[in-house]
Amino acid sequence: MSNYLYIILIFLLPLATFLLLGLFGRKYFKTSAGFIGTLSLLTSTVLSLKAAYQYFFIDGKVDGVYQKIEAIKFTWLQFSPGISIDMGIIIDPISVMMILVVSFVSLMVHLFSLGYMKGEERFATYYAFLSLFTFSMLGLVLSTNIFQLYIFWELVGVSSFLLIGFYYQKASAVAASKKAFIVTRFADLGFLIGILILGFYGGTLDIGTLIQRLTSAQSAEYIGITTASFLGISCLTWGLVLIFIGGAGKSAMFPLHIWLPDAMEGPTPVSALIHAATMVVAGVYLVARLFPIYSIEESALHIVMYIGAFSALLAAIIACTQTDIKRVLAYSTMSQIGYMMFALGVSQNGVENNLGFTASMFHLFTHAFFKSLLFLGAGAVIHMVHSNEMKDMGGLRKWMPVTHFAFLIACLAIAGIPPFAGFFSKEEILLAAYHADKMIYGVALFTAALTAFYMFRLYFSIFWNAPVQTESHDNAHHHHHSEGTMTMKLPLIILTICAMAAGFIPFSKFITLSGTPTESHMDITFSIAPVLLAILGIAVAMKLYKNANDIPSRIASSMGGFYTAAKGKFYVDKVYLFVTKKIVFNLIGRPAAWIDKNIVDGLINFIASLTAWISSLIKGIQSGRVQNYALYFFGGVAGLSLIFIYWWK
Amino acid sequence: MMNSVPLEHILFVSTALFFIGMYGLFTRRNLITILMSIELILNSVNINFVAFNKYLYPAKLDGVFFAIFIITIAAAEAAVAIAIIINLYRSHQSIDVEDAAELKF
Repeated sequence: MSNYLYIILIFLLPLATFLLLGLFGRKYFKTSAGFIGTLSLLTSTVLSLKAAYQYFFIDGKVDGVYQKIEAIKFTWLQFSPGISIDMGIIIDPISVMMILVVSFVSLMVHLFSLGYMKGEERFATYYAFLSLFTFSMLGLVLSTNIFQLYIFWELVGVSSFLLIGFYYQKASAVAASKKAFIVTRFADLGFLIGILILGFYGGTLDIGTLIQRLTSAQSAEYIGITTASFLGISCLTWGLVLIFIGGAGKSAMFPLHIWLPDAMEGPTPVSALIHAATMVVAGVYLVARLFPIYSIEESALHIVMYIGAFSALLAAIIACTQTDIKRVLAYSTMSQIGYMMFALGVSQNGVENNLGFTASMFHLFTHAFFKSLLFLGAGAVIHMVHSNEMKDMGGLRKWMPVTHFAFLIACLAIAGIPPFAGFFSKEEILLAAYHADKMIYGVALFTAALTAFYMFRLYFSIFWNAPVQTESHDNAHHHHHSEGTMTMKLPLIILTICAMAAGFIPFSKFITLSGTPTESHMDITFSIAPVLLAILGIAVAMKLYKNANDIPSRIASSMGGFYTAAKGKFYVDKVYLFVTKKIVFNLIGRPAAWIDKNIVDGLINFIASLTAWISSLIKGIQSGRVQNYALYFFGGVAGLSLIFIYWWK
Repeated sequence: MMNSVPLEHILFVSTALFFIGMYGLFTRRNLITILMSIELILNSVNINFVAFNKYLYPAKLDGVFFAIFIITIAAAEAAVAIAIIINLYRSHQSIDVEDAAELKF
């Protein structure tokens, strides 16, 4: 095995940047913070590329199978001779792919932010947080130990909290950051319990060992965890489902998706980072990392599949009705993550060599490029229009040609039009679904058509349609702005190239569940249906939104209740509010507050007032008169003498 | 000659001296007088030491040594006490023990 020690630099560099900018940024690097952050991440990206090249092309393969390599490993906390929390770096196909994606997308975001966040009061702090975020995510994907993974998992949560609430003077941003943190934290409780269950029965927290023990049907651990049961369901299923709940929280799967649209309150490049490469794919990565265990437990995998498919469909429907462009993108993310999830879910009973697993990772890979491109493009649009609402836009293609082109490519990619990136990965997912479960395939196909529709609804509303002619947004207004600096355009251009080219990577040659490279074959006849549906979606969107007309509103009113429900996000937020405000607050919160105020505080106050009362009774003894003290002293001596003479024989 | 005075008489004298000292200690307000009362108490103890030594262990000298030791200590104690009294007078313009009662609850 050759040396992979330099990988430690990939994720320690952002940490160093975070410390440097976080501690001294506001004083010494007020303007240069962006360059420092970008430069450090550029180094990380180059090192990731080197690692990927070295792993995939030089020495990762032994006898035609990609090996798992533990570059670094040391014991961090030793509980007992058997159980310890180790820290380490694992190198296998998915982790190498992930560090490449994370560092690359993060680099693009860093670069874009140079222009987008210019002149911000807390510019250095912003870059410090970005570095922290990147560090956490890189650490997460490289973890060898499930507890180490959990630590980085929480770090991701904290840094997303910091970034979503970056505009902390805005009440809505503060609320959104709290919501994101609480919802994901709540889900992480499930994750933690899942870890404890697997760790308890598996007897280890090391991911590799855990997988090895729990997947061999003869091992004592496997027998232990499958025979133990709770509420009639085996502990293995419980553990996996609970871990999936953690993953669903981070990946915004129904019903824990409510934080994602609100997370749009953060600066737009941050949304690109959260949605494309870091936070939301953490859940997918988690399931993929533990996939060998999931694949032997069919019921847990079915939950992953149904939740994923349902989230994909639900988010796509909601996305069709939203008017805030970032919210549309947020729901599209949720939908695409749903794709990745159910691709993992169908993988087990799927065809040759777990096609779904490869497809899911492939989609994660391509999605990172076109989704960050979409968000950065939206950022450029918002930067120019100073509004998130679609109705404030229109006809922008003349003013921002580069963004227009980039956005178009990204929309084509996400819609699954060949030969752009999304087509290939989505095709593989559909194929896997087709072989596994026809119903899921149908849902996926319908979602694909919807995706094409809402993405192009967005595209036409922003860049075509009638230019807005209002007092506040007259066209002269646009002339004052150029499209943005070169640092904003460059990432768009690079990502456009990636979105065009990423699909041609023969992904199954690199990433499969078993590590054995396989040939993926594309069936032309199979692709006809999805592509046709996507084109249909685009055509409908074009008809409705290319030019200003009143058809959309008429359709909306004819749909009646369904449209309102979709626009209101199917009232999931309302349900949560109802549950928390009416039920949790009244039935649990208030009694708990009453107990705290009256019983807990009351006990303490009682002890304090008792002490005060007794001391006020006896404080007269301390009179300040020397002779009184002498009298007490003699009294005491006399008393002791009496005791010693008469009682203490 | 020696045996004409019994031990009890001497103990009676020392007890009387002790309680006279106690009485002075608790009733006088002048610090100098209080100091004098303390000296009386010390001396009553001295008498006890010497008397017990003489009557019970005539061959030994331990009690006498103790008495001498207490006299020495008493001298030092008097010096310290008078220093305190002088300081008190400087700060309070009085050596009445009732006037120095600030250190209370």
